Amino acid sequence: MIINGVTIDATFAEAFPMKATRAIITAQNEKWAMISAQAMTGFATSVIACGCEAGIERVLDPSETPDGRPGVSIMIFAMGGKGLAKQLETRAGQCVLTSPTSALFAGIDGGKPIPLGKNLRYFGDGFQVSKVIGGKRYWRVPVMDGEFLAEATTGQVDAVGGGNFLVLAESQPQALAACEAAIDVMRKVPNVIMPFPGGVVRSGSKVGSKYKALGASTNDAFCPTLKGMTQTELSSEVESVMEIVIDGLTKEDIDKAMRVGMQAVCDLGAANGIKRISAGNYGGKLGPFHFHLQEIMA
Amino acid sequence: MSALTFTLKYRPDQRVDLSPLVCQNLEGKEIAEIAALELQSGKAKLRVDALFNISFGDAQNIVIKNSFGKLDFIGKKLNGGSIRVEGDAGAYLGMGMKSGSIRVTGNAGLYAACEMKKGTLQIDGDAGDFLGGALPGNKMGMKGGLILVKGNVGERAGDHMRRGTILIEGNAGDYCGSRMTAGTIAVMGQTGRYLGYAMRRGTLLLWSQPQLSASFNDCGAHTLGFLPMLFASFKSLNSRFADAAVGFNRVRRYAGDMAEAGRGEVLVKL
Repeated sequence: MIINGVTIDATFAEAFPMKATRAIITAQNEKWAMISAQAMTGFATSVIACGCEAGIERVLDPSETPDGRPGVSIMIFAMGGKGLAKQLETRAGQCVLTSPTSALFAGIDGGKPIPLGKNLRYFGDGFQVSKVIGGKRYWRVPVMDGEFLAEATTGQVDAVGGGNFLVLAESQPQALAACEAAIDVMRKVPNVIMPFPGGVVRSGSKVGSKYKALGASTNDAFCPTLKGMTQTELSSEVESVMEIVIDGLTKEDIDKAMRVGMQAVCDLGAANGIKRISAGNYGGKLGPFHFHLQEIMA
Repeated sequence: MSALTFTLKYRPDQRVDLSPLVCQNLEGKEIAEIAALELQSGKAKLRVDALFNISFGDAQNIVIKNSFGKLDFIGKKLNGGSIRVEGDAGAYLGMGMKSGSIRVTGNAGLYAACEMKKGTLQIDGDAGDFLGGALPGNKMGMKGGLILVKGNVGERAGDHMRRGTILIEGNAGDYCGSRMTAGTIAVMGQTGRYLGYAMRRGTLLLWSQPQLSASFNDCGAHTLGFLPMLFASFKSLNSRFADAAVGFNRVRRYAGDMAEAGRGEVLVKL
């Protein structure tokens, strides 16, 4: 398949079941809600070493937030429920509780309830106050700038992590420009995050390594500087490859994000140095979710 | 299907226990069975049809017409469905109700919604003492649900209250929120003496400055983020509490009762 001069490989991205949750952070203004959200989703690019994958889903209008203040919706993905709950609580405690004027609310009503402010309340040292409003329990924790308001729990749901596609370009600036264009449109898709810095990862990995201690190592088949010394996947004119990884609540959400992202890359086309779009997989043996690029773009 | 309607034929001298006339008890019964139910009135037992004209209908939707203040225990332990009382209700209205809704177009007597667990109770007139309170000797009052009183309430509203919300558009008598363990009582009008007497936790939300005892400590003026959410949750009510203009988030906070656990609060609109 070729779109606007860009070859869509007959391959698929392979993704895994994950557990996910969403939280809403509000603050006096969007600036401080965003600062808190960025802190909470920091160092959360990959479960390989971060314990979770997290990202900002979108900015929320005051009319969309529980307390009527500007807010930001964040999502966290982990391989299991226990790990997710621990990451959520630790990050909320260190990054939202501490952030001036912040409040923290559930972003998913259904699913399995996991603690959000339920345990953070003990920071209140006995001065915390519970309020049940509209059937939901909130904790008011006294802090130095007033009160930290946090919903007791949020919902944990089954999700999908590891959707991806690779952008193969003639140069590094062209690969990055294409990925930026893709991320711009993908961020408008609900229920997905792109957890890597700016949504783009330049160090895609393969499973395993020559070093026993490492479970993953550089994806040498897509490293342009190794074209002459490894079983490369790259043609001679490809000089840079970047990857976009997508975690979503459902396979359909990831499908949609991949479609609009790949379309944005194709819109730039061969004229802007984009040669191919490919995807990372493990031969279909590890993940039950397969995203066939050509089917998505059909 | 129209409502199952009980229209009072006459006003008996003795008080009447109406607790059998709740939705879950009448569901599936024929009109003859309902008519034959007996209601305790003093030492006597009265058949339902001796006291009421019955208009058969949906048992989940009960209407009591011509009601007056000696009809006690209306909606006792109600577990789903709705009861509309046209007129006044006696004592123990909605006592221990588990779910559903009750509306009284007139006044209600003592112990309305005492030990209520869930559901909604609306009184368009006034309510007597111990609204949402605990029965004498018991330690747990209202445990959940919402009470809306459009008029005034008597003394000891929310006595021993543990959870839930009491909204009072009018005035509250003495000892409002006494011995509260938790929950929220909002009073738009004036409050009496000994507000929050021996309260351990919970919130008393007031529109007017109360006369506070010395065991409540001034914690200063604050903007509290949960208040707009609380007011927003009243939006669907047929009440002045639903009016966005009456809400506020700027309050003076008093902590107390320091003679007890002292984790309760009185929030007064600024």
